[in-house]
Amino acid sequence: MERNMTRIALFAALIAALGLIPSLTLAFGVPITAQSMGVMLAGAILGAKRGALAVLLFMALVALGLPLLAGGRGGLGAFVAPTSGFFLGWPVAAFVTGLIVERLRSGPLAVTVALASIIGGIVVMYAFGIVGMSMALDKTLAECTLLVTAFIPGDIIKAVLTGLITQALARSRPAALLSRS
Amino acid sequence: MISLISPVETWAHRIPAGAKLLALSALTVALFLTDRPAVLAAATLAVIALYLSAGTAFLRQGARHLRMLWPFLLLIALWHGLTGQAQAGIVIALRLLAALALANFVTMTTRLTDMIAVLTWVLSPLRRLGLPTRAVTLAIAMVLRFTPMLVENGQRLALSWRARSPRRPGWRIVVPMAALALDDADHVAEALRARGGILNDIPDGRN
Repeated sequence: MERNMTRIALFAALIAALGLIPSLTLAFGVPITAQSMGVMLAGAILGAKRGALAVLLFMALVALGLPLLAGGRGGLGAFVAPTSGFFLGWPVAAFVTGLIVERLRSGPLAVTVALASIIGGIVVMYAFGIVGMSMALDKTLAECTLLVTAFIPGDIIKAVLTGLITQALARSRPAALLSRS
Repeated sequence: MISLISPVETWAHRIPAGAKLLALSALTVALFLTDRPAVLAAATLAVIALYLSAGTAFLRQGARHLRMLWPFLLLIALWHGLTGQAQAGIVIALRLLAALALANFVTMTTRLTDMIAVLTWVLSPLRRLGLPTRAVTLAIAMVLRFTPMLVENGQRLALSWRARSPRRPGWRIVVPMAALALDDADHVAEALRARGGILNDIPDGRN
């Protein structure tokens, strides 16, 4: 109980800490932040349920008024902005990522985690994000999908890094990989 | 950590947090239900008046929090300018502005402790299902402590990396950072258990 709780709190803090890293800019001028990699890592390392709880805990802190989102944003405004769909999709993204890592046990860990992060952290998260954006901007789903495609390469990089980081952690701290225990 | 809560004490700070949140939810739903430009313009003006009632410094601080909307407002202006549906564009832009500004207003005028009290109240039905709500408040406190600790550890690791390598640390730094953090989390868990665990003062007498 105590161990699960401190790890959930730790990953919520990791998502916050990753948001403080200044955003990288890809070759074609699209900024990427490390924060959504924290969501992928929470699912991949803690597993579906605990990963989703870590993300929900982080979201609760943002709702309470703490400026923990990348760029120092936060508060209740984070739930009504045009990009809020992505934010609201985070717990589901972590859950799906964790579920795939838990169930898909064949193959190298880095590849499985990268694949899980692409499905959970990109396909699922963008589904939420695009629906949210289409509601806020009153545009069709296809139009909104076009608007966000520029961010997909950056997120694929994050999914691959999540795979590499998870594999390295599984080697140095095998017991930490709750998604496979 | 810089808080979003306004340091300027306003009349709105004295209104109960629950009432503000309830009003915010109702008004946000209303903003998304209406398509009439006149209603949305009136709502936006009312929100500006709300900020002004707390002073011009407060209004300026609130305007800073709306900066993230610029790319979207520009996009809407371009899109609707080109397609000639100016009225639809104005409706969307006003709704975005009013909804975000209203939500920020509640955040700026509500103290963290009041928000936590509302959260505990909202979660209290879960206590009957056997979920300890005390764990949630404790977890919030832990995240607040862990976050600066993680940042410090990251900076220290980056320094020792630079001492040994001419290249920048990059993503690789996340691995030792996470490994150390997991060890720290386990130490905290042991310390908690040694002090009787997180469930030890549940009123139904488990101990």
